[in-house]
Amino acid sequence: MRRAYFKFSWIAAVLLAPQLMIIFVFFYWPSAQALYWAFTLEQPWGGGNTWVGFENFANVLSDPYYWGSVRVSVIYAVATTILAMGMALILALFADRQLAGYRAYRIGLIWPYAVAAPAVGLSFQFVFNPGAGIFSYLNTLSPGVWDPSVYPWQAIASIVIAGAWKQVAYSFIFFLAALQAIPRSLSEAAVMDGARPLRRMIDLQLPLLTPTFFFLLVINITDSFTDSFGIVDTLTGGGPFRSTDLMVYKIYTDGFQSLDYSGAAAQSIILMLLVMALTFVQFRYIERRVHYT
Amino acid sequence: MNRTMTSVAALGLALMGSAAAAEKVKFEYWYGLTGDLGAVVLETCNRFNASQAEYEAVCVGQDGYEKAVQNTIAAFRAEKHPTLLQSFDAGTADLMLSGEFYPVTQLMADTGVTVDWSDYFPGIANYYSSSKGEFFSMPWNSSTPVYYFNKDHFAKAGLTEAPLTWEGMEAALVKLKESGQACGLAYAPSSWIDLEQFSMAHNVPVASNNNGYDGLNTELLYNTTLHVKHMENIQRWITEGVASIRTAAAGKSARDSFVEGECSVFFSSIADHNTVHKLKPSFAWDVQIIPTYEGVERHNTVVGGASLWVLSGKTPEEYKAAATYLAFLATKEEQQFLLENSGYIPVTKSTYEALKAEGFYSAEPYINRDIAMKSLTFTEPGPLTRGIRLGGMIQIRSEWQSEVEAALAGQKTMKEALDTATSRGNDILARFAKTYEGKSFP
Repeated sequence: MRRAYFKFSWIAAVLLAPQLMIIFVFFYWPSAQALYWAFTLEQPWGGGNTWVGFENFANVLSDPYYWGSVRVSVIYAVATTILAMGMALILALFADRQLAGYRAYRIGLIWPYAVAAPAVGLSFQFVFNPGAGIFSYLNTLSPGVWDPSVYPWQAIASIVIAGAWKQVAYSFIFFLAALQAIPRSLSEAAVMDGARPLRRMIDLQLPLLTPTFFFLLVINITDSFTDSFGIVDTLTGGGPFRSTDLMVYKIYTDGFQSLDYSGAAAQSIILMLLVMALTFVQFRYIERRVHYT
Repeated sequence: MNRTMTSVAALGLALMGSAAAAEKVKFEYWYGLTGDLGAVVLETCNRFNASQAEYEAVCVGQDGYEKAVQNTIAAFRAEKHPTLLQSFDAGTADLMLSGEFYPVTQLMADTGVTVDWSDYFPGIANYYSSSKGEFFSMPWNSSTPVYYFNKDHFAKAGLTEAPLTWEGMEAALVKLKESGQACGLAYAPSSWIDLEQFSMAHNVPVASNNNGYDGLNTELLYNTTLHVKHMENIQRWITEGVASIRTAAAGKSARDSFVEGECSVFFSSIADHNTVHKLKPSFAWDVQIIPTYEGVERHNTVVGGASLWVLSGKTPEEYKAAATYLAFLATKEEQQFLLENSGYIPVTKSTYEALKAEGFYSAEPYINRDIAMKSLTFTEPGPLTRGIRLGGMIQIRSEWQSEVEAALAGQKTMKEALDTATSRGNDILARFAKTYEGKSFP
C-alpha cells in the first residue's frame, strides 16, 4: 500500500482544530468518562464513587440475562442486515434496469432513511399490534395466533422487520450508485455475447458490487447494534420477558431509568469492544474476497 | 420616522417589562406529569404567579417522572438544576442518600413560612419523612390503589356487594363468568399494586430491615410471604378463565377494557377515577378498596404519586420563593383545585374534613372517590406499613414485572419466577449498598 507523508503545518493544524475539538468533546471525552465509570461504582447525584476494578464487568458477564441480550442483539443484527441488504439489492437491480416508473421508485425508496427510528417504531405499531394492527387479521382467522406481547419470536420478528425497513433505503442508495457506476460498455459487451439480464446480474453486476457490498455489511452490522434503540423502545419496550432487550436498550434502561451508571458504562464498553471486534473480523476475513478494481 | 418612534417605544416597553420582571424572584420547577395532568401543574404555577407579586415560578414539564429525574441529575451535574423537582418515590432513594436536597421541614423553618405538618395524614407523612419525623419532600399529588367494578355486570351476576376479601373476589369472578361475562378481571401485572400495596394491606414485609427503612444491607423477602400465594391465585384465575391479561402491549389496556364494558373489574390508582369518569362509560360503576385475604387483619395502604423535592445549591431568595410556592400548594383552595382537575386525594386532614363537610364527596363526579382515604387510613402505619425504602427500586420493579410476565406466559412456575426476581433484586440491593457504603437513610 502506498503511504503519503506531509510536513507539519500550522495552517493545517488550525483548520483541523474545530473538527478535532468536536471529536474530542463528543467522542473521546464521554468514552473516557464511561471507561472510568465502568471501573467504579458511581453515585448518580455525584458525591463520590468507589473503585471496584473489574467487578462491574464480572457482574454483567455472569448474568445469564445479559447473555440473552447479547444473543438477541446478534440475531437482530444478522437478520436485519441480511433482510435490509437483500431487499435493497433487489430493489436497486430493478431500479437500475429502468423499468417503468423507476424514477418515482428511486425517490420513494430513499425516504424511509429520513424517518426517525421512534417514528418507524410507532408506525409499525399499527402493523403489528395484535388488537388493532394489520397483523390482527391473523387473529380473526385463528384467535391468539399473533401476539408479540406473548410470543418472543414474534416480538423479535417485529423489530427485525421494522429495523430492516428503515435500513433498506440507505443500502439501496449505495447499491444503485454502484450499479450505475458499472461501465455500460461491460454490459453491452455481455449483451453482445448473448447474456440475458439474470446472467448479467450474476456474472457481471454482483461481482462488481462486492466493494459496496462489503462497505454496507460493515455499516449495517454496526448500525443495527447501536441504532436500534428507538425501534425497540416504541415497539416492544424490551419485552415480552426481556426477549427483545437488545444491548443498547439494556444500557439505556440500566443507566438512565435505573440510575445504575456504572453497570451501564461497563455494558457500553463491552458493546464498543464487540462492534470493534466484529468490524475487525469483517476486514480481516471478508475483505479478502473483495476486489476493488 | 414614525417607525423609529414605535420601535423606540417598543424597546422602552420591553425594558420596563424586563425591569418589572427582574424585581420578581424566579425559581425553576421541573415536573414529571404529562398530558392533562401536566396542564394542571402548569396551571398551579400560573395561579401562584397571579396570586402574589414577589415570586415567579418557572415551570417546565419533563415528559414523565423518570425523565424528570434523569434530566435533573444531568442538570445537577452541570450545576444547572431547578430549585424544585417533582419526583416519584421509586426514583428518590439515590437523592435521599446523596444529601443534595433541602428537607422541606427545615426549609420552612429557615424561611419562616408556616406549614402545619401535623395536619398531614400519617400514611402520607410517614412516607415522605425521615426517621426523625422531618419531611424530606412536600407531598402533593397523592393516590392509593383501589379496584373499579361494573355495577351492571355485578347486578346481572346477582352480586349485591363489592367484595372486600380475595376469597369474595374469586367467588364474584366465578359468578360473573357463570352469568356469561367472558372477561371478569382485566389483569395487568403491577408491582405497585400486586406486591407493594398488597404487602402493606396484609402487613407482610416486602424486604428485611422493615422494608429497608433501618439500613442498606436489606434483602427482599416477598418470595416467602402471602404474596406468592396471591400471585399463584391470579395465575390460576387466568387459567380458569375468570381473569384475562389486559395490557397496552397486548393491544388493549385494563382500563380501556373496563371502560368499554368488556371486563367487569380492574385494579388501578384512585387517580384513574377522574379519567374513567371523563371517558363516560355506558354503565354504572363504582370503586372499592383493594381486598385482603380472610384471616388476615387488614392494614393501611400507602400513598403513591409524587412529591416535590427542593434541591441543594440555590440562593436563599430562591428557597424563600420555592417555600412560598409549596405552602401555596398546601392550602385548601389549591388542594381542591388539584382534586377537581384530577383523581388525586387530599393530603391534609383539615382539607379532607372541610371538603366532606361541604358535601364535595357526595356530588358527581366525586362520589365515593374518598374511599381511597379509607384504605390509606385503615390503621395507623406500623413498621411494615410505612412504605418501602429500597435503592434501585425501578430495577427491582422491572425484575418483578419481567419474571411475573414470564410465569404468566407459562415459561416457569410463579414460585420460580418470584424466587428469581428476589435473588436478582437482592443483587441490585447489594450493589446499591456498596455504592453508598457507610451511609444510611436519614
